[in-house]
Amino acid sequence: MEERLLMKGNEAIGEAAIHAGCRYYFGYPITPQSELIAYMAKRLLKIKGATFIQAESEIAAINMVYGASAAGGRVMTSSSSPGISLKQEGISYLACAELPCVIVNIMRGGPGLGSIQPAQGDYFQATKGGGHGDYHLIVFAPSSVQELVDLTIRAFSLADKYRNPAMILGDGLLGQMMEPVQFKEFDEKNIPSKEDWALGSSHGRKPRRIVPFDLDPNELEKIVNKLGQKYQDMQKEVEYEVVNIDNPDIVIVAYGSIARIVKTTIQKAKQEGINIGLVRPITLYPFPYAAIEEVANKVDKFLVTEMSLGQMVEDVKLAVKGKSQVSFYGRTGGVVISPIEILQEVKKLLD
Amino acid sequence: MGVKKLMKQVFTKPKSLTDVPFTYCPGCHHGIIHRLVAEAMDDLNIAEDTIGIAPVGCAVFAYLFFECDMIVAAHGRAPAIATGIKRVKPDNIVFTYQGDGDLASIGTAEIVHAANRGEKITVIFVNNAIYGMTGGQMAPTTLEGQITQTSPYGRDSKTMGMPIRICELLSTLNSPAYIARVALTKPAYIVKAKKAIKKAFQYQLDGKGFALVEVLSTCPTSWGLSPKEANEWLNEKMIPYYPLGEFKNVEEVS
Ligand SMILES: Cc1ncc(C[n+]2csc(CCOP(=O)(O)OP(=O)(O)O)c2C)c(N)n1
Ligand code: SF4
Repeated sequence: MEERLLMKGNEAIGEAAIHAGCRYYFGYPITPQSELIAYMAKRLLKIKGATFIQAESEIAAINMVYGASAAGGRVMTSSSSPGISLKQEGISYLACAELPCVIVNIMRGGPGLGSIQPAQGDYFQATKGGGHGDYHLIVFAPSSVQELVDLTIRAFSLADKYRNPAMILGDGLLGQMMEPVQFKEFDEKNIPSKEDWALGSSHGRKPRRIVPFDLDPNELEKIVNKLGQKYQDMQKEVEYEVVNIDNPDIVIVAYGSIARIVKTTIQKAKQEGINIGLVRPITLYPFPYAAIEEVANKVDKFLVTEMSLGQMVEDVKLAVKGKSQVSFYGRTGGVVISPIEILQEVKKLLD
Repeated sequence: MGVKKLMKQVFTKPKSLTDVPFTYCPGCHHGIIHRLVAEAMDDLNIAEDTIGIAPVGCAVFAYLFFECDMIVAAHGRAPAIATGIKRVKPDNIVFTYQGDGDLASIGTAEIVHAANRGEKITVIFVNNAIYGMTGGQMAPTTLEGQITQTSPYGRDSKTMGMPIRICELLSTLNSPAYIARVALTKPAYIVKAKKAIKKAFQYQLDGKGFALVEVLSTCPTSWGLSPKEANEWLNEKMIPYYPLGEFKNVEEVS
């Protein structure tokens, strides 16, 4: 499987999931991730023992995920912004019950029905919990089709490791993009056994109970504290990329497809003698606070660019701890920021 | 048969129930329904291969009462969860236990579509014409004129609709294998209820498809009646509107 294939982002996620041993998929159609649900239908319906269901709604889909995960299945669902909002109650239950799964959000413009164009307005929802109660998802922000593949595979592995839902946070631009990709050898033996906790036949053991609640506040607090400890442990999984960070005039922080656009800006700026650095979070939760703080010790100007009114910028400010000036530039509604726009913004800040 | 022997027989706890005491109010039918489900599991010897799904509602604690693997669902979503479980573990027996707010209001989409896909699961549907757990609000099954916290002047069908008959509604679908409505207010009814519940599990064992048993049930606490009055109210008011019997049975369809 090491040959290079030309694939569309959405389809690459699907193939990566199947490559990683995912045999259960439940979803509901929504643009701009419809190629993914179609791909899962095409592939899973031909695999013996696998399940593909076009659910009656995103609510049903996430609850099918809850059941499949509880029964020990490697399971995924996908949607786009409004559909992800509908799934939130189920995601909160999955987190409380410590059930692993992968959830893909190919973001589109919001709020409301919004648009079907790319956006990054779901950052808060993805990284701060999203549904009710104290919990976090492991959140990946791929920036190329190859990363969609690699991070989807990694998302399954970390979901199992922490028994926690993991999210791929992409956007319409990535989902529709075509690029060559490679699939590294994957050994299904690496999928951890769920025999010691999943539901099934109870011959020779006590019945198991998966219970996402406790009416005794002290008992529920124990459950929540256990989750809290898990989120602490997860911090070590942080991933990020830095580009041109040695002695830049300014550092841009961006994720996903916008980070690619920033890379073009960096090239253009170089021709004009402007030196731009980039910090690109690859995991949005855990967030690379320490890495950004380290850069802030050396560079006094930061620009955060997002396809939103400014969401990740709050985490960057937390990371920078007032050591540098943090500015923001964003577009919303599904408008994709151009490399030139970013360069103009940089010039303004350097003036 | 001596009284002693009869008592002993009557009060033997089914193996498929745990020792945890029920949390239900006096006169509530949830406990009897649990018992009938457990007896069916005992009779078919399936407890060790069964996975049950408890609802949000008074029966949320069902996860403690059945001696088999159990999971607690989000309100109304048990049929979707059952679908996920059954698809991963097709050789296990999967059942949901749901109240009428859970199944017939917030979870209407999930039950209709699980039935329509013909999921090979067993659904125990407890219709007590009210929301018990949250203190007695109107359910989709609340009778016309019935007073609840949220229909304080009685359910007015002009603005609140008529009570939903789930068995009749689901029977319009092609896929379900078995749909029946039972009650527990007379010994003869209990015998029929037990048979229906057992059949609903047997059909799953045989791979026949989706099976649902609606059990007309009392909620003396929220109805504001004594257990005896509650039984009478069920007989006089509920059964005429919710006729008992089998609505669908693949065995008997030519
Ligand atoms: C999403 C959501 N909405 C509302 C509730 C509150 N709630 C808990 S139980 C219940 C109604 C239960 O009534 P029913 O299903 O008829 O079961 P019963 O308690 O009568 O057995 C409601 C509305 C909830 N837990 N979750
Ligand atoms: S409130 Fe009603 S349904 Fe709930 S346990 Fe009491 S009698 Fe039963």
